[in-house]
Amino acid sequence: MTDTAMADSQFTDHYLRVDRLPHIWCPGCGIGPTLGCFLRAIDRAELDADKVVVVSGIGCTGRAAGYVKLDSFHTTHGRAIPFATGLKLAKPDLKLVVFSGDGDLAAIGGNHLIHAGRRNIDMTVICVNNFNYGMTGGQMGPTTPLGARTSTSPYGNFDPPFNLPQLVAASGAAYVARWTVLHVRQLEKAIADGLTKPGFTFIEVIAPCHASYGRMNKLGQAVDHLHSYRKRCIVKNEADLRETEISLHGPIVVGKFVDTRRPTFGDRIDSMLHRAHDNKP
Amino acid sequence: MSENGIIQGEFFMNGDEACAEGAISAGCRFFAGYPITPATEVAERMSSRLPEVGGTYIQMEDEIASMNAILGASWAGVKAMTATSGPGFSLMMENLGLGVMLETPCVLVDVQRAGPSTGLPTAVGQGDMMQARWGSHGTYEIIAIVPNSPQEMFDLTITAFNLSEKYRVPVLIMSDEVVGHMSEKVVLRQTAPEELVERPRPTVPPEKYLPFQADEGLVPPMALAGEGYHFHATGLTHDERGYPAMNAAAQDRLARRLVDKIRLNKKDIIQYEEAWVDDAEVVVCAYGITARVARHAVQMARSEGIRAGMLRLITVWPFPEEHIRELAQKVRTFLVPEINYGQIVLEVERCACGEANTVLLPHMGGGVHHPQDILKAIKEAIQ
Repeated sequence: MTDTAMADSQFTDHYLRVDRLPHIWCPGCGIGPTLGCFLRAIDRAELDADKVVVVSGIGCTGRAAGYVKLDSFHTTHGRAIPFATGLKLAKPDLKLVVFSGDGDLAAIGGNHLIHAGRRNIDMTVICVNNFNYGMTGGQMGPTTPLGARTSTSPYGNFDPPFNLPQLVAASGAAYVARWTVLHVRQLEKAIADGLTKPGFTFIEVIAPCHASYGRMNKLGQAVDHLHSYRKRCIVKNEADLRETEISLHGPIVVGKFVDTRRPTFGDRIDSMLHRAHDNKP
Repeated sequence: MSENGIIQGEFFMNGDEACAEGAISAGCRFFAGYPITPATEVAERMSSRLPEVGGTYIQMEDEIASMNAILGASWAGVKAMTATSGPGFSLMMENLGLGVMLETPCVLVDVQRAGPSTGLPTAVGQGDMMQARWGSHGTYEIIAIVPNSPQEMFDLTITAFNLSEKYRVPVLIMSDEVVGHMSEKVVLRQTAPEELVERPRPTVPPEKYLPFQADEGLVPPMALAGEGYHFHATGLTHDERGYPAMNAAAQDRLARRLVDKIRLNKKDIIQYEEAWVDDAEVVVCAYGITARVARHAVQMARSEGIRAGMLRLITVWPFPEEHIRELAQKVRTFLVPEINYGQIVLEVERCACGEANTVLLPHMGGGVHHPQDILKAIKEAIQ
């Protein structure tokens, strides 16, 4: 650690528990840049930080909640969304951000993901997708591309992955975007858009896990992942979501895919209350 | 109905509905649930009543989500409840543990039916009593109370909220299908503010606040989301700051406090009722609907001149072990009828410690004991 270079401070430090640094993430991990984009997006969206609540599940990305100096909850595996749902409905002026990984949100928590989309609960979900379970040592998960090697798909993954933007859009989300950690400006803007837009907003962040997924698939160091994103990414706003599947080495379609307005769950509660007032059930 | 939407007066209603009214009277303004027999009427009543009192009802996608939603609501500062039965109770176990770890006040109602598995969805059981105590993994203590009438479904739900706020722990109401579905006279009332307990709250500014620092009372003050405290709460073992602390010393300190805040306050928490125990040779120890049947059997025994007594457990967890120990010095036999194949009897036997005999009278569920069967067992016990 003697020659590890650490930046003195950054302008997002006031949103970080700097007394908890260094963090547990591997050098080159994609979670840190994503967290940076989120913290900058808080200011960009001009949010009152006292009202921002970060909820995460379990896994590498789930640890993000513990590093932010905001009201934050590190819940159980897969359950960040229903926990955040309770917070939001009980105190509607809170700004809920679920910050978690692909395994947490799409496998064990997949049911909550689609139901929160269906309800259009007013919250922003930042899903760091690194294509595997990093914390437990790189097992295949619900987003692992076919053919990819992981510690539980030693012969190549035969378990078809979710196309997350398509899944979440079909569920009813108001906003769906995908960027990689190479696209820090677009990502920061997308998160800020998600934070300001009413309803269920979902940002998938393609991120390197060079230590596990990358190593097992010979994708090189973290910087090589970024180089590959530059080559593989195709920006396609409002893309046909049948074309946003991700393969091991193929193109990655990124962009803002969905940006619509439909009543949030809170809106629907309000109109139900009006009806309940006028005539009893 | 009073102006604030709290219903008062005498009604003929079932236990599930009375439970919902008790929650509303206690100040519960958030309910998340999933339909399941025989607990559905709690959710139905809440879906109709909460909008009338400014509360929020949400039907979640499953019981796992329901449990998490009430934890979230509680951290937003709203008293919250869910209600379920066996299969849903099983699904809630992991996040019941999260509630314990995050020290989150909330109430979980289990209207027990016969199991295992889907079992007899519409018929009574008391088979979740040990699950209530040990169902989530790890080292913890929990509070579980057992009503035996619709009136108690109202009254003890208020008690449950008070205990949950006072000790910052999820409180379980271990009802059963008969108590949940039977209709009787229930007196609904507004709970006076002085009767209601509210969670301890921080008295220091955010920069001095340590979210899991407790004084000698062992219950830390609770900040709420959105108040500017910028606290962190994690299911990982944590220190007083709420920060993950991955070492044995932190684990020891935290687990000990989570257990001791309940254990050392047993006297304040535990309730039971007894009758005819002073000269009793046999004490029937029962809870929930079985206690009502048992009381009838004990009365019959007394009318035949048999020295039988009755101990009805209202609080089952923490278990009233000192009281059973004392009784064991005086009585010859404990008879424990329960609608399972032996759960609470194990605790009675443990506490009796060989000083008194302990006899199980099991019923596998689908119905309640016949008073004659309990009377017969009392007679056998004294021979």
